[in-house]
Amino acid sequence: MKKPPRRSTEDHPLVRVVLSIVAIGFIGLFLVLPLTMVFSQALSRGLGVTLAAIEEPDALAAVRLTLLAAAIAVPLNALFGISASWAITKFDFRGKGFLTTLIDLPFSVSPVVSGLIYVLIFGLQGWLGPTLREWDIKVIFALPGIVLATMFVTFPFIARELIPLMTDQGREEEEAAASLGASGLRTFLRITLPNIKWGLLYGVLLCNARAMGEFGAVSVVSGHIRGLTNTMPLHVEVLYNDYQFVGAFAVASLLALLAIVTLTLKSFLEWHFAEEIAAAHHH
Amino acid sequence: MTAAIASLAAHWRNPSALPGFALSFGFTLFYLSAIVLIPLTALVIRPWSLGFAGFWQILADHRVLAALRLSFGGAAIAAGINAVFGLIVAWVLVRYRFPGKRLLDALVDLPFALPTAVAGIALSTLYAPHGWLGEPLSELGLKVSYTPLGVVVALTFIGLPFVVRTLQPVLSDLTQDAEEAAATLGATRLQTVVRVVLPTLTPSLVTGATLAFARAVGEYGSVIFIAGNLPTVSEIAPLLIIIKLEQYDYAGASAIGVIMLTASFVLILALNLLQYWTGSRR
Amino acid sequence: MSLVVESIAKRFERFPALNGVSFNAPRDTFVALLGPSGSGKTTLLRILGGLEFPDEGSVRFADLDWLSLPARERRAGFVFQNYALFRHMTVAQNVAFGLSVRPRRQRPSRNAIARRVEELLTLVQLEGLGKRYPSQLSGGQCQRVALARALAIEPRILLLDEPFGALDAKVRKELRVWLRALHERLGLTTIFVTHDQEEAFALADLVVIMNKGKIEQCGTPEEVRNAPKTKFVAEFLSSAAP
Repeated sequence: MKKPPRRSTEDHPLVRVVLSIVAIGFIGLFLVLPLTMVFSQALSRGLGVTLAAIEEPDALAAVRLTLLAAAIAVPLNALFGISASWAITKFDFRGKGFLTTLIDLPFSVSPVVSGLIYVLIFGLQGWLGPTLREWDIKVIFALPGIVLATMFVTFPFIARELIPLMTDQGREEEEAAASLGASGLRTFLRITLPNIKWGLLYGVLLCNARAMGEFGAVSVVSGHIRGLTNTMPLHVEVLYNDYQFVGAFAVASLLALLAIVTLTLKSFLEWHFAEEIAAAHHH
Repeated sequence: MTAAIASLAAHWRNPSALPGFALSFGFTLFYLSAIVLIPLTALVIRPWSLGFAGFWQILADHRVLAALRLSFGGAAIAAGINAVFGLIVAWVLVRYRFPGKRLLDALVDLPFALPTAVAGIALSTLYAPHGWLGEPLSELGLKVSYTPLGVVVALTFIGLPFVVRTLQPVLSDLTQDAEEAAATLGATRLQTVVRVVLPTLTPSLVTGATLAFARAVGEYGSVIFIAGNLPTVSEIAPLLIIIKLEQYDYAGASAIGVIMLTASFVLILALNLLQYWTGSRR
Repeated sequence: MSLVVESIAKRFERFPALNGVSFNAPRDTFVALLGPSGSGKTTLLRILGGLEFPDEGSVRFADLDWLSLPARERRAGFVFQNYALFRHMTVAQNVAFGLSVRPRRQRPSRNAIARRVEELLTLVQLEGLGKRYPSQLSGGQCQRVALARALAIEPRILLLDEPFGALDAKVRKELRVWLRALHERLGLTTIFVTHDQEEAFALADLVVIMNKGKIEQCGTPEEVRNAPKTKFVAEFLSSAAP
C-alpha cells in the first residue's frame, strides 16, 4: 500500500526541513558559535598558557572572591525564598499578589541600576556615606557592596521557583502533621522540605549561576581593584581591556564551564524530576 | 488595644492551622525592604534634589537622549528578531522530532546561564574585523563591531530564551482539535497556521517579546564589548549611568536610572494588563 | 450517495484499533456507531473525516474514492467532542471560517457570507449571538455553534463525535430531539459516535455496534434490539437496560 497521506496537523515535509534548518542555524550562529569561541580563544596558545593564566594570583583572587560572594548571597536568598514561599503559599492574606510582584521586581531592573542603588545609599555621597566614613566601614568598593549587589540581582530566583511549586502541593500534608502534634520546624523539615527539595535545588542552581556570573551590578559597586575587589567576570573585563586576550578567555572559559555544568544539571533535573520542580518548567 | 489589633489582623488574614506566619512573613518583609524596596526608594528620590528642571535638563542632553534611544531602539529590534526566530525555534522544538532535539532544547537557556561578560567578549571577538564572522561580513560591507548593529546582535543573544520559554508550554498545551477542525472546514495548512494557530499564540508571543525587550533595555555586560561605546553612536544608557557615577554625578546617574526603572514598571503593568485581558476572554 | 466502508484496518503503535470493519449505509441515513470506549468507533469516524488514515481497506462515498481525498477536500462536516471552536474568533467568525478560507474564485462575497452565517445561526437557534466569544456560551450553545460551523461548508456528510458527551442530561435530551428534526429537514447522511445505547436507539436509522475494533452487529434499532447477533451485543444491551 502507498504511504499514508500527510495528517492535517502536520507541516509539509519541505516546511519541516526549512524551519528545522532555520532554528538550528539560528541557535548555532547566536548561541553555539560564541560558546565555541570562548574555548578556542582560551586554548589558542596551548593548554599550558591557559592554565598559567588561571593560576596567576589576581585570577585566583578573583575566583576566591566570586566563590565567597556566592557563598554568602545564595544561602541568604535561599532562606528568603523558603520563608517567602511559606508565608505566601501556606496562608491567606490580603496583598499577596502585590507581594509576589514585588519579589519579582529585581528581575526587571537593569543590572547597572541594581548596583547604582547601593552606591546611592552607601557611596561617599550616599545617604549613609558620611556616617560610614566616620566609622571607617567600607561597603562600596568592598566585599559587602559586592554581596549586596549580587543578592539583589539573584533575589527572586529561589522564591519564584518555590512559590508555584508549593502552591501546587497545597497545605493538606502540613495540616495533617500539625493535627498530629508536630511542631512547626519539625513539620517543615519532615514534610515540606522533602517535597520541595528538587525544586529548591533547581532554584539554588540558577541563583548560583547568576550570582557567580553577575557583571553589571557588581561592576558598579566593585571599583575594579585588582586582586581585591575583582570578581571573575570583572577580571575578564580588565584582562580583555588590557589586550590580554588569552588570559581573559582562560578565566572566561571557567565561567563558561560553570554555565555548561549548570545547564546540564538543570536539564537533568527537568527530565528526571519534572513533577518535583515548579509547573512553570514543564514542557 | 491588643484586641483591636487582633481583630484587624483577623480581617487581614484568614485563620490557619499552620504555624510560622509571623516569623516567615516578618522575615520576608524585612529582607524585601532591606535589599530591594529601600534601595529602590533611594534611587527614585535622588534625582529630584535637582528639582524638576534639573532632572529634565539631564535627560534633554544630546548624549543621554542618544543613549536612551539606542538602548530602547536596539532592544525593540532585538525583541522583534527574537519574536520571529523564537517562534520558529519553539515550533520546531515542540512539533518536530529529530535527533539532538534535547541538546538543542537545553542550549536555548545558554544566555541565562552564560555570564554576560563572557558572552560579551565572545561576541566581540566573533564579530571583530578579523573575527570568524566579522571578516566575511565586512567583505559584504557589513560592519557589526563598534556599531549599533553590534548592540542589536548582543541584545538578540540575551533575549532569545524569553520568547522560546514563554511559547513552549503554550504550544505543547495547544490541542490539535482546532487545527483538525480547520482542515475539515477546508482550510489549507497555511490558512490553518495563519488564522487559527498564530492568533492563539499571539498573547504569549507578545509576552515573551516584552520580557526579552525588558531584559535587553537594561542589558550591560554582553553589549559593552561589542558596542565600542562611541558617544551618541554606540553608547547604551546603562553605560552612561556608570560614566556619570565615575564622575560622581549621582543625580545624573539616578535620573537615567529612574527613566529605565519607570520603563520596567510600565512594561510589567502592560504585561499584567495583557494577561488580565486575554484571561477574561478565555 | 451511499456510504460503503470496506475492510478497514488500522493499527496504532501496538494495539489494533480497527480490525477489518465493513458496513454500508444507504443515502441520507442517520447512523450511530455504538460501543464501549476503546472499541474503535472514534478512530473509524476520524478516518471518515480524513483525520486518520487506515492501513488497509477502502471507503466509497458519493462515487468518490473517499480515502484518496485530503481532509480539506472532503467537505465532511466534523463536529468534535469538545467542539474545537476557535476561541479567539467570535461565533459568527467561527461559522464563517469554512467559507472565508475558500479559494478566491469560489469564495462568496463578504455580504453573502454574513447572510449565510445569519441563516445558520437562526437554524441552530442562536440568533443574535454572533458577536459573542465561545467562552461566553454554555456547553449546549457551543455544540450548536460547532454544528452551524460544520453545516456552513455545505457538507456532503456530517460526522459527529460524541455530540452530547459533555452536556448534562436535560440539555442532552432537548438537543437530541432537535438534531433528529434537523436531520429530517436537511436530509444529510449523518454518522455519530456514542457510547450511550439509549441515545443511539432514539436517534439512528442504522446502529453499528462495535467492540475491540470489530463490528458485532449492524442493523436497524429494532433488528438489533430484537435479535442480538452475538453474546457481546446481548450483554451490552442488557447492561444498561431500564
